[in-house]
Amino acid sequence: MNASLSLRDRLARQVRDIPRSGIRDFFDIVSTMRDVISLSIGEPDFDTPWHVREYTVFALERGATHYTSNLGYLELRRALSRYVARQFGAEYNPETEILVTVGVSEALDLALRALLNPGDEVLYHEPCYVSYRALVLFAHGVPVAVETRAEDGFRLTRAMLEARVTPRTKVLLLNFPNNPTGAVMSRQDLEEIAAFVREHDLLVITDDIYAELTYDQPHTSIVSLPGMRDRTILLHGFSKAWAMTGFRLGYACAPAELTEAMMKIHQYTMLCASSLSQKAALEALSRPEQDVAEMVEEYRRRRNFIASALADLGLPCTRPLGAFYAFPNISRFGLSSKDFALRLLREENVAAVPGTAFGECGEGFLRCAYATSMDKLKEAMERLARFVQRLERERR
Amino acid sequence: MDELLKILASNALESRETIARMLNLSVEEVQARIAEYERAGIIRGYQAILNEDQLDLDKVTAVIEVKVTPQREGGFDRIAERISRFPEVRSAYLMSGAYDLLLFVEGRNLREVAAFVSEKLAPLEGVLSTATHFMLKTYKRLGVLMHPETPDERLAVSP
Ligand SMILES: Cc1ncc(COP(=O)(O)O)c(C=O)c1O
Repeated sequence: MNASLSLRDRLARQVRDIPRSGIRDFFDIVSTMRDVISLSIGEPDFDTPWHVREYTVFALERGATHYTSNLGYLELRRALSRYVARQFGAEYNPETEILVTVGVSEALDLALRALLNPGDEVLYHEPCYVSYRALVLFAHGVPVAVETRAEDGFRLTRAMLEARVTPRTKVLLLNFPNNPTGAVMSRQDLEEIAAFVREHDLLVITDDIYAELTYDQPHTSIVSLPGMRDRTILLHGFSKAWAMTGFRLGYACAPAELTEAMMKIHQYTMLCASSLSQKAALEALSRPEQDVAEMVEEYRRRRNFIASALADLGLPCTRPLGAFYAFPNISRFGLSSKDFALRLLREENVAAVPGTAFGECGEGFLRCAYATSMDKLKEAMERLARFVQRLERERR
Repeated sequence: MDELLKILASNALESRETIARMLNLSVEEVQARIAEYERAGIIRGYQAILNEDQLDLDKVTAVIEVKVTPQREGGFDRIAERISRFPEVRSAYLMSGAYDLLLFVEGRNLREVAAFVSEKLAPLEGVLSTATHFMLKTYKRLGVLMHPETPDERLAVSP
């Protein structure tokens, strides 16, 4: 072994050069503290619906413990095909156009690896989910971030994309409803984006994992717009709407050639998604209206509560329209997002993720997840109020 | 159901300020609507949900199926309302199926409940028969589990 090279030096460059996720840094600090009220949890506080858990136990007893087809149980893909047609407005053949994956996380990785050659550029919008940039780099692509702004309600516009598109641009990656801003795109907003995609002949990966969690208008997916289905990979899963994060179950819908390409990677790396989780997903699809509606109603009340509480504190916040995040602007205190979050944590035991964890343009913002009980939300807002008053006194 | 009622049905102590925020209403509006529901008799009261098994009370609860003959004027209502007035009867429902009324009856002990059934309930005109079952343990009441919930196992920070 060459003694002059450290182990770190031997790591693959694109892995070594990616900084640790800001979320993990923050987690390390939070986990040293006790009695923290956490607004930093990106998963539902609800229990997985009981019928889903009960059915999973039954499936285990029945012996659903073997490998499944690489694409996933056909029965599940058939149910998904029906659900997707209703929820997203696009038809997919369950035999060839749906791939069941280990969460949307795996589906994202497969989609990017299936599409990217080294040097291909991927347009995506920041602030955004922490994985996108890293996954593009792992796939040897070039991430090109477009910054969305609070003034626009954190929506994406054609002008922003036109400014960053190049001949090497291959894929546009979308995520609405958005983590961390709670932004959604209306049909009209998306039509403009779809026109851009068609004109530049791009492919789209759309991460619609929060599709069910919208509070003022139903979700529109870009796949439902003319000409989009045939150039789009639609990603969705059970983590958010069904509170099934630990089941690790998601899926990708795409034209057969793309599904086949993703399946090729999936069959060699993952073989198949967990059989039990697939059974659980099948049961979850048996009565989505009731399960999801109850949770959405509760999230809506919390959204109303947190939006109103933040407004009273004088923290400007684009009204969150989907997912379960509020993204207030905290810049007027002259602290960086990170310093604000650290002091809030140390002085008031409230954890909220600095906006910069979701891209540099998140500076000046704080992500407050409201996937937590009303009692905790109330307490957190009281503590935040005390903290804001203290900062105001200091600045005088 | 009106969302205001849903919130109150799950936590009647929720402050009017919080309810107002959750529903995008003013506090006055919330108060006025609650007052209206109370006036109309839609909200009939507010009670705590107790886990009585933990209190070691001198108390038993019986679930009693009652067959009755409907009366000439007033059908089941007259007899049902008459039975409901006994303070021992905590809940009373008209049922479809093999019997007509389902009662939840409380007493200090088995003997007291048995006495109520044989001396008050069974002799009533119109009561044809009764079947009494004693409750042994409560797992869930009014949608609330009586056993401690599993602690929140989520990571304190996640993407
Ligand atoms: C935008 C977005 N995409 C994907 C994921 C990962 O989802 P899954 O649990 O299906 O892997 C998350 C989880 O927080 C997310 O917020």
